[in-house]
Amino acid sequence: MVTFQFIPYTEVESLSSAKRVNKLLNIVKENKIVIMEGRLKKEEEADLIEITMEEISSKFKGIELSVVYPNKNKQDLGQKIRGTFANILLGDRQGMTIIGPASVVKKIEQNPDKIELFTNDNGNGNKRKARKRRR
Amino acid sequence: MNFQYYKEGSNFKMVKKFFKNFFSKFKFNPFARKSHVKLGLYGPPNGGKSTLANRVCVDWLGEEMSSVSHIAHETREIKIKEQVNIRNKKGKELTFSLVDTPGIATRIDYEDFLKRGMKKKEAKARAKEATKGVIDSIKWLDNMDSVVVVLDATKDPYSQVNITIMGNLQARDIPVLIAANKVDLKRANMDVIKAAFPQYEVVGISAKYGKNLEEFYEELFKVAR
Repeated sequence: MVTFQFIPYTEVESLSSAKRVNKLLNIVKENKIVIMEGRLKKEEEADLIEITMEEISSKFKGIELSVVYPNKNKQDLGQKIRGTFANILLGDRQGMTIIGPASVVKKIEQNPDKIELFTNDNGNGNKRKARKRRR
Repeated sequence: MNFQYYKEGSNFKMVKKFFKNFFSKFKFNPFARKSHVKLGLYGPPNGGKSTLANRVCVDWLGEEMSSVSHIAHETREIKIKEQVNIRNKKGKELTFSLVDTPGIATRIDYEDFLKRGMKKKEAKARAKEATKGVIDSIKWLDNMDSVVVVLDATKDPYSQVNITIMGNLQARDIPVLIAANKVDLKRANMDVIKAAFPQYEVVGISAKYGKNLEEFYEELFKVAR
């Protein structure tokens, strides 16, 4: 079983960068996949990686991270102008951030407008045991 | 202040000398170049950062600076080679400190090293050192004057690690050159890397075999400041 936890942007908007990163990481360490409305600042993404490394242990192997954001290169002029206004109004609320524990998520591929999330064998990080077939 | 009788072609030198002398009275020399440029090699693990660092050091200093391995996270601490001096065809010189950094990753599992034939104790120690290495790489971003991001041209460049590295360099206003490494391999695709990061100059190289290093060194002159 794989658990997704949705975090609306309003839940993290008023938090400091450190508290925001810690909140998300604590949920991930419970073996849940976080889907957060909006995205972290680039510096916060770097902090997330740094804190993840500090937390790595025999039980926690790290995270898989993916951020979905409109591809500006594929937008026409009108879309870019509207996008600029949206960016001014909404800021980091645009897009979506996915963070999963490495024990559950094997990898997340972004290519670049779709996301494919590959989980480990049975979704909870445990290796599937080989079964002997009776003949 | 001495005004020398000038010959044709020495006007610029005379003017430069005049201003240099003038500003020296105020302890200010606008003609001075930054004397200690730090050029960092960043990227995901196994991209070829240390191989490129060794290639640069062997080409210009005659000696290597880092150990390399096919097993990821071979570089687990920051390594610096100071006073690397390179020259281009026009005779222009560039001096910098070359900083080889551990590859940045979001996950490290000692079991991956076991699969590569390492013993458990050795694998756990490597994993622990690798996590510290990633932390140091991120902390050292603030110290860099310019960065070469070394990407494996045979792999998908759209990883979040690559995007995060580029975003942080952009946020810090650090000039970036992308080295698409391993172009000697058939699977290498530079066009995908150029499409992924169109805002940066991309140079295809093979650090292992020394392919296209002349173009790489030329681009370094534009990016290192």
